[in-house]
Amino acid sequence: MTPRLTIGPIHYFWSAEKKQDFYARIADEAPVDTVYLGEVICSKRQPFFDQHIEATAERLERGGKRVVVCGLAEVMLKRERNAERDLAQDGPFEIEINNAAGLFHLPAGRAHRIGPFLNVYNEQTMSHLADRGATHVTVPVEMPSASVEAMAARAAELGIGLEVQVFGRAGLATSARCYHARAYGRTKDNCQFVCEEHADGLPLDTRNGEAFLRVNGIQTQSHSYVNLFAEVPEMARMGVTDLRLLPQEADMVAVATVFDSLRTGTIGPDEAQARFDGIEMTAPFSNGFWHGEAGHRRIQAASRELA
Amino acid sequence: MTAGELVCPAGTPASLRTAVDAGADSIYCGFQNATNARNFPGLNFTSQELGKAVQYAHERGSRVLLALNTYPAAGNFDLWRDAAGLGAQLGVDAFIVADMGVAAYIAESHPDVRLHLSVQAAAASPDAIRYYVREFGVKRVVLPRILTIPEIREIKKEIPCEIETFIFGNHGLMVEGRCSLTNYATGLSTNMDGVCSPAHLVEYRRDPDGSMSSRLGPFTIDRFDPQESAGYPTICKGRYCNEAHPEGYYAFEEPISLNLSRLLPELMDAGVNAFKIEGRQRSRAYVKKVVAAFRAAVDDIRAGRAPALADLAALTEGQKQTEGAFQTKKWR
Amino acid sequence: MLTSDLETSRRPWPLPALADLPVPLLPLQPVLYRIVRRVARLHPELFDRLGPHQRTDFVIDLTDLPLALHLRPNPRALLLRAVRKDRLPPHRAHIAGDVFTLLRLLDADVDGDAIFFSRELVISGDTEAVVTLRNALDDVEGSIAEDVAKMFGAPGRFALSQLRGLADTNDHNDGMTE
Repeated sequence: MTPRLTIGPIHYFWSAEKKQDFYARIADEAPVDTVYLGEVICSKRQPFFDQHIEATAERLERGGKRVVVCGLAEVMLKRERNAERDLAQDGPFEIEINNAAGLFHLPAGRAHRIGPFLNVYNEQTMSHLADRGATHVTVPVEMPSASVEAMAARAAELGIGLEVQVFGRAGLATSARCYHARAYGRTKDNCQFVCEEHADGLPLDTRNGEAFLRVNGIQTQSHSYVNLFAEVPEMARMGVTDLRLLPQEADMVAVATVFDSLRTGTIGPDEAQARFDGIEMTAPFSNGFWHGEAGHRRIQAASRELA
Repeated sequence: MTAGELVCPAGTPASLRTAVDAGADSIYCGFQNATNARNFPGLNFTSQELGKAVQYAHERGSRVLLALNTYPAAGNFDLWRDAAGLGAQLGVDAFIVADMGVAAYIAESHPDVRLHLSVQAAAASPDAIRYYVREFGVKRVVLPRILTIPEIREIKKEIPCEIETFIFGNHGLMVEGRCSLTNYATGLSTNMDGVCSPAHLVEYRRDPDGSMSSRLGPFTIDRFDPQESAGYPTICKGRYCNEAHPEGYYAFEEPISLNLSRLLPELMDAGVNAFKIEGRQRSRAYVKKVVAAFRAAVDDIRAGRAPALADLAALTEGQKQTEGAFQTKKWR
Repeated sequence: MLTSDLETSRRPWPLPALADLPVPLLPLQPVLYRIVRRVARLHPELFDRLGPHQRTDFVIDLTDLPLALHLRPNPRALLLRAVRKDRLPPHRAHIAGDVFTLLRLLDADVDGDAIFFSRELVISGDTEAVVTLRNALDDVEGSIAEDVAKMFGAPGRFALSQLRGLADTNDHNDGMTE
């Protein structure tokens, strides 16, 4: 089976204009099946783009893309609870739930997707959610291939989709505290949206100078870009239905084009590697999580045979 | 005002007996494997040890809560299923769970044993908590350490289950159950393996200038001056550099411990049913001191006396302490 | 907290030059062997907790005495012997601290976590082995120091109480660590 390509939600605080430009280009040029919209990380950012979601969705649908609107990963405050409740109600869009608060508000029979923040690690959790209307699950980014294989088999039995993040920084942690505001001596309530200054996250290097992590508001990400291009044939064999590309400050149309050629078998991993070499990237690639190794690692093709 | 049940940690059978003798109402512990979030070398219980521990606790009127609070990766579910079966057979008083699949399995297979929702499930809103109550019959939620007392009071009004909050020990701000930092550096997962900064991948390296680097896997988590004492390298307690702090700073949190002893009466008034003391990795000397001090404090409050809080303050002597999120939202 | 400096003891020790004195180690060996055998007989569960580290070689450097100890806690082939500091055997884990600190640890009267990660002990090598040893020792009910003192009858108990008195007057500040 040939897996589809998706563009995951933008995790960073990009301006409304930057997002509109990005999605216009995705709509016209990116060979992807599905685009996820909506703010997942910080409820304070929501008002800046929520008003544009409808028009953006329409633009993407005109480009032949399926649109899914995502809910927040962390839900605690009144406004976050309200946003989650509103999302869950019957509406015009397919939705992705990332917090149990959203599950609580789903009306019976409302179809929905489950996002990577909801910790679906095993078949039992997946079955529980599918019984309650989930049609599609994106597994956590740290899930190793052996477990993904078992999940894909169960997803096929249940008749639901199974998605794996194949490109972009790994979301490693979320917090109640905003680390972006903290870095600049502010608090979350008085952040002045300093996160907008870092379209690809704020670097955290070790005290010995190694690039290690990135801060994105309340989220902590890997410095490296997860890139599972060489693993696409294996995922197709397992029955993974969708491959997620997370937007980074890179040419995402070019990235999507390489993955499209891979998934259809037009090119192999060696050619894909050569094409990635030609796309400007500000971070190294990693694939350790998939191979059950430290996430930052990049397991090369030669040793991959042995892994 | 609630009863203020004291829920105390035990990393070993000796610690459990110590906690019972010091006045713990409940003790939480786990097996020697990935089924709990403190899967550390030399810690935790065999099934024989747990059986004896349950007997010891029950004879003295204390309860034993078994932590099954990690997330089984697909293909490994049997380990959690078997642990639940053993726990039920040995007569534990509740299971502390985080994973929906584990909760669903226990609700169906061991309906007579209470389910507590672990802090690892990160249920921080009444809506999320009510989902677990509705779907799995959860009887108690352990709240994340990120809520103020007024927020807890509001949550209590909306949920049909008991509330447990942390009152003492490690102060963490990362959303529990959502952290893959250790796995990124080491290949061992906090959620799937119950491991945080595994000791076998921790290294202290002396640099030529006499300073010391603490490392986890290949990453330097912190570097210390020759006269500075070096902390254990957990990623969220390390110091890092960027444009705003070229010399390095605590990007996530200062090393600090939580102590809510002053707030106990207010928490009991807000409807907190149980107080959790963190530290299954701590020694039984710690358990003895902390449990005894909080036992006396809770008893004093319930009898209408002013608790002797000085003893509790002394327990964190030499270390910075905080009332964390519970007093103010400014830290966010 | 794990210390980064190699400063040994900040407290007065009655025989400051002792660490430099050459001592004959041979007479010590049978005594040490008796000690470790007795501990093993009284607390067999300790070894289960050590798991794979039963076969780990530990060196315990008594910073205020002119000797170090070599420990391999394998119940089938127990090893505890005194070694010269300038001729340490191959080992995976190294713990350095003064006699008071180590005694307090064996006494289980203080938080081992605080001691192991405080300035009072310097750990190098296999951190997991050291953490496992600490956790295993913590599960030993009562006091290993007392068990050992009893082996030597009244003089042993007297010596221990004297040492404890000294340790108390030089009390450490037990900071809480994670």
